[in-house]
Amino acid sequence: MTPALAIEGVSFAYVRDRRALDGISLTVPRGSFTALLGPNGAGKTTLMALTTRLFHAREGRIIVCGLDLARHACAALARMGVVFQRPTLDEDLSVRQNLRYAAALHGLDRARTRERMQAVLARLGIEALEPRVVRTLSGGERRRVELARALMHEPELLVLDEPTVGLDIDSRRAIVEHVHDLCRRDGVAVLWTTHLIDEIEPGDRVVVLHRGRVRAQGTLEEILSCTQTSSLAQAYAKLTAD
Amino acid sequence: MHADVLARAGVREADRGLTFYRLIRCLEGILQRELLRFLKQRGRFFAALVRPLVWLFIFAAGFRSILGVSIQEPYDTYVLYEVYITPGLCGMILLFSGMQSSLSMVYDREMGSMRVLLVSPLPRSYLLVAKLFAGVVVATIQAYLFLAIAWFWEVRPPLLGYLAVLPALMLSGFMLGALGLLLSSLIRQLENFAGVMNFVIFPMFFASSALYPLWRVKEASYLLYQICLLNPFTHAVELIRFAMYLKLEEQALLVTLGWTVLFLAGALYGYNPQRGFLAATGKGE
Repeated sequence: MTPALAIEGVSFAYVRDRRALDGISLTVPRGSFTALLGPNGAGKTTLMALTTRLFHAREGRIIVCGLDLARHACAALARMGVVFQRPTLDEDLSVRQNLRYAAALHGLDRARTRERMQAVLARLGIEALEPRVVRTLSGGERRRVELARALMHEPELLVLDEPTVGLDIDSRRAIVEHVHDLCRRDGVAVLWTTHLIDEIEPGDRVVVLHRGRVRAQGTLEEILSCTQTSSLAQAYAKLTAD
Repeated sequence: MHADVLARAGVREADRGLTFYRLIRCLEGILQRELLRFLKQRGRFFAALVRPLVWLFIFAAGFRSILGVSIQEPYDTYVLYEVYITPGLCGMILLFSGMQSSLSMVYDREMGSMRVLLVSPLPRSYLLVAKLFAGVVVATIQAYLFLAIAWFWEVRPPLLGYLAVLPALMLSGFMLGALGLLLSSLIRQLENFAGVMNFVIFPMFFASSALYPLWRVKEASYLLYQICLLNPFTHAVELIRFAMYLKLEEQALLVTLGWTVLFLAGALYGYNPQRGFLAATGKGE
């Protein structure tokens, strides 16, 4: 089965001769939770921007569910849900209006929009927020609404760029659990970028990115084995030491 | 898109093509959002109306006696100064609205909401044109509200003129909106916006036929007259003026159309992740 996401030899430079990403290759198997772990400035957000077509990869290929992003961008993006690092909801509009907007961008008809809205809000336990104006929501609630928005069109791949930034411990925990649950129960493949190792659970796949290069990737056990360490914290420290 | 590639990848029927329905649904969503935002931002709504009304009620009244307008196309007789500047003030609404959209694009880009649009499964050029169209619709509604109020101020073009001016307003709105879009792709930070606008809005508005006929400008300064002729806003205003009186100014139409295409092409280039300025500067959101 083709992976949900395959990144093959991708490089990117904002300015010539200074690569932000250098020959990145990684895969996100279907139904897996893959954490892209790296310190600030590692290139995580740049990789997210390339994966979501905000930037164009001049070198390498990005394949989403078997579709080359460069050649079949629309079909590839139709299978992807995205939660950005910074909040992107329209604060003047209600949760319902924000979700309707996202559904329209993905071409869902009105009946399907209503159906999906009820389903995703119930799935995340935030039905009560539907009529509320986004400006009145807490940070954690907004994040859950963003997650609901990303799920409106039933994506096969969910890409989240440091989605817990700025949240308190409880909200962070709730988001991490929700996304793991989506992975387990609904079979959605997840690419989750973070610099916080406590967001990674046993069974997750881990890709360690540092200075624009993949330093290691595999299951937690494989990472520990190849770094000859006993905890992810130690492995991470070792892989990002330079 | 090759059917076999999609079939191998197991792409659902709904994902296969850019169906007409999907394009329309997307346009509807963007338009609905722009209208909702416009209605919710009451300050923006009133500012958009008050600005031209101040010019009509105060500036035009004050200058009426000094700046009488003689018989000239498209008018069949002498007209009050208020009547003369009304098309220019409609242009002003479109100009400010285009720049407002540009500001909102830069803001959306900095705040991140622009990304939601750009990661949608439709061609980026379509998404940008749809956003531009939504902005033009909002600006045109403002222009009609202004014309409705101006009617009580004895600015009364023929009734059919209100219908005939619609395409002229839309095209002019597209041209100015496309200019705004192009500028938003060039402006790196929100802080730079005010400076750029000072170099765009005021020269465009004052070096045009919005406030005074070009023959008067020519009498005063031939160089300024030439600058006015080069100014795309002059032609947009003339297109609106003639349409309002059920006449077509062909040169104005062609020039406005030409600038629209140029600005739009520049804006699409600017927002293209493969070639544009954004990819080069690393702010492709």
